[in-house]
Amino acid sequence: MKRFIGFIKKEFYHIFRDKRSLFILFGMPIAQILLFGFAITNEINNVDIAVLDHSKDFETQKIINKLKSSPYFSIENQLDSEKEIESEFKKGKVKAVLIFEPNFSQNLVNKKAATIQTVTDATEPNVANTIANYTSAVVQNYQSQKNSSSGSPASVEVQSRMFYNPELKSVFNFVPGVMTVILMLVSAMMTSISITREKELGTMEILLVSPLKPFQVIIGKVFPYVFLSIINAVVILLLGYFVFKMPINGSLFLLLFESILFIISALSLGILISTISDSQQTAMMLSLMGLMLPVIILSGFIFPINSMPVPMQVISNIIPAKWFIIIVKAIMLKGVGIQYIWKETLVLIGMTLFFIALSIKKYKIRLE
Amino acid sequence: MSIIVHNISKSYKAVKAIDAVSFNVEEGELFGLIGPDGAGKTTIFRILTTLLIANEGNASVSGFDVAKDFKSIRNSVGYMPGKFSLYQDLTVEENLTFFATIFGTTIDANYDLIKDIYVQIEPFKNRRAGALSGGMKQKLALCCALIHAPRVLFLDEPTTGVDPISRKEFWEMLKRLQQKGITILVSTPYMDETSLCDRIALIQNGKILKIDSPENIIKNYEKIIYDVSTRNTHSLIHDLKNYASHYSVYAFGEYIHYIDKNSDFDSTNLRKYLEDKNHTEIEIKKANITIEDVFMDL
Repeated sequence: MKRFIGFIKKEFYHIFRDKRSLFILFGMPIAQILLFGFAITNEINNVDIAVLDHSKDFETQKIINKLKSSPYFSIENQLDSEKEIESEFKKGKVKAVLIFEPNFSQNLVNKKAATIQTVTDATEPNVANTIANYTSAVVQNYQSQKNSSSGSPASVEVQSRMFYNPELKSVFNFVPGVMTVILMLVSAMMTSISITREKELGTMEILLVSPLKPFQVIIGKVFPYVFLSIINAVVILLLGYFVFKMPINGSLFLLLFESILFIISALSLGILISTISDSQQTAMMLSLMGLMLPVIILSGFIFPINSMPVPMQVISNIIPAKWFIIIVKAIMLKGVGIQYIWKETLVLIGMTLFFIALSIKKYKIRLE
Repeated sequence: MSIIVHNISKSYKAVKAIDAVSFNVEEGELFGLIGPDGAGKTTIFRILTTLLIANEGNASVSGFDVAKDFKSIRNSVGYMPGKFSLYQDLTVEENLTFFATIFGTTIDANYDLIKDIYVQIEPFKNRRAGALSGGMKQKLALCCALIHAPRVLFLDEPTTGVDPISRKEFWEMLKRLQQKGITILVSTPYMDETSLCDRIALIQNGKILKIDSPENIIKNYEKIIYDVSTRNTHSLIHDLKNYASHYSVYAFGEYIHYIDKNSDFDSTNLRKYLEDKNHTEIEIKKANITIEDVFMDL
């Protein structure tokens, strides 16, 4: 045990004295999450919208004024018929049209319900989604003010319709995706590099001719990165939660458990890479080409798996990241417990065990 | 017998690195493997330290078979590879502590053994190993190989890339370690370093040419070598090689070493020949035979 602790201590010295690896470890996750986060921003300002008011009454006017006074929208023009919507969108300036149904205030008083439809140009899906959310928020705000003053509950329903891209992708896609990519990168690449570095510098020769057993060397190499990767995962979740208001609806404990599982599977891949490469450069190229690209392309992070050709869909099943992204999204967004994701978890556990067994089998106890 | 090597052969693909090598090292002996680069010295070290498996033959260290009992050997020997193999980003002290820890010991427990060597690098104990000079690095590497008090020490070219003064110091250290009862197998390409070894094996192209004590190797060399020098060294080599009864001619320091085919060689004839070739300041005298001369003749 003392040997093991001594070994781990040495690994931490390596990590903390190498500015480059420190930067990759901690600088990159933060930089990436912020870049992705602000590139896929959910803030909108002064978006041009148009109004198609079929009733032109007191209530609709008040709602329009409310929208006008908000910093988010500027009302570009009033339309007269549905036909104009398409042509407005094609011009490109107007991003959304608000349609008030005929007899809006009458309905609100008589039926206690009235409808506003928001039609958005969803060629930019995230903007469209945000506009729809903001308008409904503004209208709801108006409604609650009105209800509290009059005392008679009446509801305005906001229906949103997306043009051009009805299946909107979630804005919250990127946090699980970036987390997956970073954990994969840090865990697999850093371990494979740190093991091959010992080979390259010749220190592996002395480690072999020592009482240390192969699994002690491997676990000693891997342990610091498990620890640091968990810190990374927490940092990413905190950034997602506080900076980008990414919800964590499910159990945080379960989320961390699944993250650790994924980290271990990535680490075992890193060990596997180190057993087949002799130099740090080979290890890095193998990690980048063999792991990063599939993770980015085939995991569903950027391209939805459903819309891939069938062979690609089949291949995507052997990528641990795919399962991890499904798990993370399910926990964070849907708030589900283990009973809904046990299958994915089992797949991940199976893959991890397989990689660990393979890398221990491939680990060379001699020089050739 | 501390190290037994019996008919060991090893090939890398088509290249035969060592060919039927056999030698024994006695308990407490300082044994040198002497030969040029590529002679197969490192391969022998790697087989004995269990890093490689021989294609043929068998070997044992402290009674443990190098193939079957590799774990016992790894627990007990000290090994210093040819390439500097310590952690350059760790300080002197951290390196030493690390190697002590993985062998389940402490610096204090075996301080006696490394004291002589460690005091020389102790002033730099907080310096990173990568920032040490070549000689210092080798001293640190030796400390690390010794820290667990091994019975057998393997040193693969420990003095390569080290300045002459540090080299001399290093060999004196080895001599002192030997007096503490440690068996040492050391390799070097420098023939002039062999005098402190109890016995040496001359090795070339994967074959052992001769095994004996350095004194015996020199004593048993039958030919007489002459130091020859004239004003014009360059044409001297050329002219000596054209001398009818020459056996071998090679540059050796400031002299040319000349060996004649005939045992009744008379240097006055050679002097005359050189004078005819317009050489001036001719000097011919019997040379002190060195290991290198013997090696050149093998």
